[in-house]
Amino acid sequence: MIPPLPATRRAALIGALGLGFTVEFMGSRAWPASDAGQARKKLVVVVCRGGLDGLSLSPPVGDPSYASLRGPIALAPFGEAGGALKLDGTFGLHPSLAATHALALKGEARIAPAVATPDRERSHFEAQDVLESGAAVVYGTSSGWLNRSLEAMGPPGKVRAISIGPTAPLILRGKIEAASWSPGGGGDHDHRLPGILQDLYAKDALLGPALADGLTTQAMARIATADVAAENARGAPDSQMAAGGETLKPVLRQGLPQARKLGETLAGFMTQPDGQQVAAVSLDGFDTHANQGAAQGQLAVRLAYLDAFLDGLSSGLGPSWRDTVVVVATEFGRTARVNGTGGTDHGTASTALLLGGALKKGGIVGDWPTLAQARLFENRDTAPTLDMRGLFKSVLRGHMGVERAALDATVFPGSGAVAPVSGVV
Amino acid sequence: MTIDRDLGAAIAATRFGLGAKAGEIDAARRDPRGYLIGQIRPEGADQPEANAATSVQRFGDVRAYQAERKAAKQAGDPKTDPVRQAAQLLRRDTGADFMARLQLAAATDAAFRERWTLFWANHFTVSANKLVTATLVGPFEVEAIRPHVFGRFEDLLVASSSHPAMLLYLDQAQSIGPDSFVAQRSGGAGRKAGLNENLAREIMELHTVGVGAGYSQADVTEFARAMTGWSIGRFEKAAEPGGQFMFRPYAHEPGARTIMGRRYADGGEAQARSVMKDLAASPHTAHHLAVKIARHFVADEPPPALVARLERSYQESGGRLDAVARTLVEAPEAWAPTATKFKTPYEFLVSSWRATGAAPGDITVIAPTLNAMGQKVFSAPSPKGWPEEAQIWCAPDAVIKRMSWSETFAAQAIGDRDPSALASAALGARLTAPVATAVARAETRPEALAILLMSPEFQRR
Repeated sequence: MIPPLPATRRAALIGALGLGFTVEFMGSRAWPASDAGQARKKLVVVVCRGGLDGLSLSPPVGDPSYASLRGPIALAPFGEAGGALKLDGTFGLHPSLAATHALALKGEARIAPAVATPDRERSHFEAQDVLESGAAVVYGTSSGWLNRSLEAMGPPGKVRAISIGPTAPLILRGKIEAASWSPGGGGDHDHRLPGILQDLYAKDALLGPALADGLTTQAMARIATADVAAENARGAPDSQMAAGGETLKPVLRQGLPQARKLGETLAGFMTQPDGQQVAAVSLDGFDTHANQGAAQGQLAVRLAYLDAFLDGLSSGLGPSWRDTVVVVATEFGRTARVNGTGGTDHGTASTALLLGGALKKGGIVGDWPTLAQARLFENRDTAPTLDMRGLFKSVLRGHMGVERAALDATVFPGSGAVAPVSGVV
Repeated sequence: MTIDRDLGAAIAATRFGLGAKAGEIDAARRDPRGYLIGQIRPEGADQPEANAATSVQRFGDVRAYQAERKAAKQAGDPKTDPVRQAAQLLRRDTGADFMARLQLAAATDAAFRERWTLFWANHFTVSANKLVTATLVGPFEVEAIRPHVFGRFEDLLVASSSHPAMLLYLDQAQSIGPDSFVAQRSGGAGRKAGLNENLAREIMELHTVGVGAGYSQADVTEFARAMTGWSIGRFEKAAEPGGQFMFRPYAHEPGARTIMGRRYADGGEAQARSVMKDLAASPHTAHHLAVKIARHFVADEPPPALVARLERSYQESGGRLDAVARTLVEAPEAWAPTATKFKTPYEFLVSSWRATGAAPGDITVIAPTLNAMGQKVFSAPSPKGWPEEAQIWCAPDAVIKRMSWSETFAAQAIGDRDPSALASAALGARLTAPVATAVARAETRPEALAILLMSPEFQRR
């Protein structure tokens, strides 16, 4: 049992338990003068781990089946309190994504609402492998497609890579060596772990109280630090602290100023004269099996976190934003129906977000299969209408200039049948 | 008592051993007890593959370093580069000894043998609290502890008590009988030479009969007198075995001694040996060791029936440690399904490496990690050794440190392996449904492995 924490302690936990982010950079290579335009191009891939619920990221509030399938976790229609932020007649964005929505209104953010990797097993590990390796099957290759795409972008050895956190994620593992950068202060730790362990320790008379005390002390220690003081001054949201302080998890999912700052820092790297052109960012905490929430709640906090990061990145990039494409993708979506614990289980298709000043203006990317019962994949999930590799290919081809032959053969091996999606970049 | 073989195999590898390696629980399943008993062998423990320097060589290095430092000091500059480098080299030796010991633990197929050995190394603690003991503790374990862990306890006691590391750690080397020739000649005029009771006291209190045995201060003093002359040869004296045990008759207190009601005629070096023989044979020692073994292997509050069994085994075998080890494995109380022993940081790291097949890595990373978790390298806080109690190791800050380490380690160690398979291989039948579920539901492989390592079951044995 953890005693209720005063507000300042709660805020402190944000800092104490880290950002939940890892960032990896790749890039910085000598471009010939004739390629000056290409040298300005920037690509950021954000991997949202855990299975991000596309139907909450970009709720199809205009779909006739949406409200009944989703029940308590359905977002309200456009214009209502806590309602979705309108994109078109069917789709909106989650109300936590205000900055992303502002970009969308300028034509600088679009959604691909029914995208999936070739994997259908609904296992986090396998699906993340497929998403990051670019192979058609799990264990298909031990390097990542983003790394292989760098090989295809220019002569080998010229491109330096940089990663943040203890290890490089699969998406950038490969022949191109990665350097690393970390936000420091242990900020790359998994913010979910303390909450998961508190659940496992619930009946453990030794470990339970010890962990709770340790987390509280750690939080108290952070109160003295300047960044937490600043965070309090900024009024970081302090939502969903369960009455009686039964769980710390919601508190652990905050830290918007840090998220924004990380976006700004990444932008700072990428806008330096010889800065990295390509970065991979890893964001976790999207496995919402229970108490997912709607306009408020667990997922809302994580989406606000994502939004703050993207806002920091886009504003930090300044004029370079017009040369930038950001892809936000997840390993799989979640069930169309709300489950018995106010959450959703592992599904199939989800939404990918595309952002950046280099995007072509347009509506949704790919087709919307609708949520009509007959159209659901295996009578439970949003059906995939777009292969994730086609989306990545279109960005690599149209924005980064990678040849189609390389995309089909080495970046996404054996994917000749998967064409780059048109009209994106 | 028959034990369920699946659970028995898991207990054999995790409670008696150092945590399951891949395939270890499967190997133990056919006959969990036989799996452990097969690791008991007369030639003693495995030896770590270290820097093969003996304690004599190491001690010589320390003396050379000290002489060099002294000369540099007299020359007005105690911090010359050669002196600094020499100190660094000595520290590197200690680090290498510790790493070799960790690598053995992480890789061995006879992990019960190694746990049994580590128990005795801790029982006869030499702590790296000064340069010379830091340099000698590795060779001490190799030379005095490991060869004797399945032999007679008396031999282990004598080997430990006569090793230069112990003689220096507990100040025996310079203990001089008040009526010895050396003391007489110096006339006691301003010299510090005299009796030092430290080792004699700890042998009685910690190594043999234990505090409850009813001995008095007079017994301790008498034993200390009997031990005078147990010393170390000087390098600068050609006639002495430099850096090795030597008995100095001229420092020995002459006369008969009476200890715990028994009279020991003067016999020079043999006098203290006779005392040790009786101490080793004492029922108090049988009880004291039985409690400590049961506490280490089974529970902080050990079952009295188990203690009684071990005690009896010790006495009936004449203090043979192979017999006691066998009794421990055969005792039904040692196989209680619930694991209550909380791993020390050393055990936690070793079992994590074993579970993942990872190698221990670099001392410059491991030393601060162990330090942060409360178990500084080779530096038990007192001659009593590292404590056993769960409450001590499960302090809030230490749990946070374990969690942070687990996250970092998991990210490096998991690769593209299936965490659920690792969880079953590491815990076998001890893997509980909530932990299996949490591991399976983790968002990422590193998170899954961190959950496994921090699970209540993995933190205990």
